[in-house]
Amino acid sequence: MRYSRRGIVALGLAAALIALPACSSSANDDDGGSSGSGDTEVEVFSWWAGPGEKEGLDAMIADFTTKNSGIKFNNAAVAGGAGTNAKTVLATRLQAKNPPDSYQVHAGLELASDIEAGYVEDITYLYDQQGWKEKFPKGLVDAITVDGKIYSVPVNIHRSNLLWFNPATLQKAGISAPPKTWAEFLTQAATLKSKGITALSIGPGWTQEHLLENVLLGELGTDKYTGLWNGSTDWKSAEVTAALTTYTKILGFSDLKSAAADWQPALDKVVDGTAAYNVMGDWADGYLKGAKALKFKTGYDVVATPGSEGVYNFLSDSFTLPVGAPHKGAAEKWLVECGSTEGQDAFNPQKGSVPARTDADKSKYTDYLAAALAEWQNPATKIVGSLAHGVVANNAFKGEIDTALQIFVQDGNVAKFADAVAKAYDANK
Amino acid sequence: MTQTSRSTSESGSGAAVVGRGTQPGPKASKVRRRLRAWGPGLLLVSPSLVLLGIFVYGFLGWNIRVSFTSWRGQTPVYDWVGTRNYSELFDNERFQIDVRNLAVFTFVFIGGSLLLGFVMAMLLEKGVRFEAFFRSVFLFPMAISFIATAIIWRWLLNNGSGESTAGLNKLFDNIGLGFLFSDWHKTPSSWAIAAIALPAGWALSGYVMALFLAGLRSVPEELREAARVDGAPERKVFWHVVRPMLLPVLMSAVVILAHISMKTFDLFYAIDQGNLRIDTPALYMWFTTFQPGFFARGATIATLLLFGIALVIVPYIWWSVRTERRK
Repeated sequence: MRYSRRGIVALGLAAALIALPACSSSANDDDGGSSGSGDTEVEVFSWWAGPGEKEGLDAMIADFTTKNSGIKFNNAAVAGGAGTNAKTVLATRLQAKNPPDSYQVHAGLELASDIEAGYVEDITYLYDQQGWKEKFPKGLVDAITVDGKIYSVPVNIHRSNLLWFNPATLQKAGISAPPKTWAEFLTQAATLKSKGITALSIGPGWTQEHLLENVLLGELGTDKYTGLWNGSTDWKSAEVTAALTTYTKILGFSDLKSAAADWQPALDKVVDGTAAYNVMGDWADGYLKGAKALKFKTGYDVVATPGSEGVYNFLSDSFTLPVGAPHKGAAEKWLVECGSTEGQDAFNPQKGSVPARTDADKSKYTDYLAAALAEWQNPATKIVGSLAHGVVANNAFKGEIDTALQIFVQDGNVAKFADAVAKAYDANK
Repeated sequence: MTQTSRSTSESGSGAAVVGRGTQPGPKASKVRRRLRAWGPGLLLVSPSLVLLGIFVYGFLGWNIRVSFTSWRGQTPVYDWVGTRNYSELFDNERFQIDVRNLAVFTFVFIGGSLLLGFVMAMLLEKGVRFEAFFRSVFLFPMAISFIATAIIWRWLLNNGSGESTAGLNKLFDNIGLGFLFSDWHKTPSSWAIAAIALPAGWALSGYVMALFLAGLRSVPEELREAARVDGAPERKVFWHVVRPMLLPVLMSAVVILAHISMKTFDLFYAIDQGNLRIDTPALYMWFTTFQPGFFARGATIATLLLFGIALVIVPYIWWSVRTERRK
C-alpha cells in the first residue's frame, strides 16, 4: 500500500512535468495560426531600429497602412550592429522554416546563399507587373539580377565612397581643398600631422573594410575594382599590391590605435576638429544634419573619396519574398509599397539616402541628398558595388576577407593578405 | 556550451538500471523488488532525463556530427569529410591567435580572481564592522550581466590620450599617477587580452570571496583552538589547519572560473567587437557560423571548446565523486 501511494504521487508529478512545457508551447502557437486567407497581417523583418532609419520605416509603414487599411503591420526589427544581430536571428528562422513575410537584405551577393538554399521566391513577375525595370537604373537592375531572375526590391541607395570633413579644420590647417587622389591625401596628412591634427578618423572593423574598398576603388579605377570580385583582377598583381601598400600608409596617419567603437564617435572627431577627414557612407549626412544639427557646406562638407569622382559606389537595402511566407498576398503588397514612388519618397529623406527609382520627387531631397540624387540619376555616372555592405562578395567570401583584413590591419603584411584573399575567392566563388 | 554547467548534476544518475530487469524466470521477484525501490524515483526524474538527453546530449552529438561535414551556407549538408575541418582549423591563423588569447585570459583571470577573492575573504574573516554590508558590496558586480559590465568597462578602458583621455586613465591622471597610462586591450602587445581580465575579475572575485568565506567559516573553531593550545603561531594554524580544509573550495572555484573563462562571449563582444587582440574561439565560432555561413567550421570550434571544458570538468567530477564515496 505504501509503495503504490508513492508510485501514484511520482507518476502524477512526472506527468505534470511533461505536460507543463507542452501546454506553454501550444499556447505560443495559437497567436500565429491565422494562415487561412492570411491578408490581415504582414510581418516585416529588418534592422531599421536606429535613429533616422526608424523614422523612415515608420513613414513608409504609415503610407502602407493608409493604402491597405485591412492589414496589420507587424514590425519585427532587430536592433544593433549594422544588421549583424538581425542576420543571425534571421538565419535561425529561415533554417527552421519559420520565415517572416518579408525580410531586409543588402541588395547584391549577400542574398546569394539564401537563393541557393531556396529561401526566397523569384519576384521578376512583380517587376513586370509594376514596370520597375524601366524605373530603376540599368546598372542597379543588373547588379541584383541572378541568372536572369530578380529576388528583391531595392528601397534606397546609399553611397559608400564619400570623404567627410569640417571646412573650418581645413582652413585652420591651411589646406585649400580636399584631396583628389590618395597620393595627395598622404601629402596633406603629413601637413596635418605636423599641426597635431589626426588626418583620418576610423572606427571598428567594418569601417576599416569600408575604407579599404574605397582606397582600392580610387587606386585601381572602376573596371579593375569590379574585377577584384569576379576574378578578372589578380589580387597578387603589382597594382593591387601598390594599392594595399597605400592603404597601410593611410592607416598610419589614422587614429587606428584609439579607434572609436562605432562610426558616429569617429565622425564626432571630425566635428570637434581633432581629426580632418572621415570616410563613411552617406548615412553620415543624416547624423551630422540631425543629431549634430550642423549646416551642410559650412558645418560639414563632403566630396567623393580620392580618385572616385563620377563613380557611385552603391549599397542598397532591399526586401524579399521568402518561400513559405505565411501571408503572401500581404507581403506582395508590402513589396509593391517598397518599390513605389510614394513609399521610397516617404522613407529616403528620413533615412538620408536617395530613392532607387529615377522618377522620384526631387523637391523632397535637399542639401547633400539633392546633389546625390542628381548624381544617381545622371546616366554618365558609373555604378560599382560595395564590399563592406554585401553587394559584390557573397557572405562566405566576405567573412574570410573580414578575418584576413583584421590580421592585415595589425601586421601590415601586404603579400600575406593578398594571398589569403585570393585563396578565399577560389574557395568560395 | 551551457551544457557543461549542468553536466555536474547528473553524474550519479541511476539510468543504467532500466535495461537490467528483463530476464524471465525465478529472478522475476527480485527484479520486481528492485523496480519497486528504483521505479518511483526513476519515474520522477525521467522527464528531466529525457529533456537533458535531447537538448543537451542529443544536440551535443549533432554538433560533433556537423564538425565532420562540409556544411557551408544555409542548406544543411551531412556528408563525411573526416578530420579535414580540424586540420584546417589548426592551420588557421585566427584560430591560433584565439587559442593563445584564451590561454592568456584564463591564466590572468583565474589567478587574479582567486587572489583578490581570497584576500577579501581573509579580511572579512578577521572581523570587520558592517561585514554584511561589505559582503554584499563585493558580491554585487556578479549580479550585473556581462553586457552591462562590458559597456561600463568599455568606457573605463578608453585609451584616448591628450584631451580625449577618459576612464581609468583619466583617474590616474587626476591623482598624479599619469605614468600608469595604459592602452589596455588596444595595445599592440599580444597580452592585450589580459586587460579584459579586469572587468571579468571585477565581476567574479566577489563570488570567489563568498566561496572562500564559506570555506573559512566551516573550519571548526575547536580545531584552531586545539592548535593554538599546542603552541602553534597563527601562521602555522592557517597553513596546517585551515589550508587543507580550503582545498575543496579552491578546486570548485578553479573549475567554475575555468569554464566561465572558456565560454565568455558577451564581455569581449560588447567591449570591442571584431578586435582580434581580444578574439577568442567562442567569438570566432559565432562570427564564422552565422554571417559567412561556415557551419562546419563553427561546429568544429564548438567541439574543441567542449573538449577543452571537459578536460577541466571531468577530472573534477571524478575527484569529487571519489571523495564523496570515501566519506
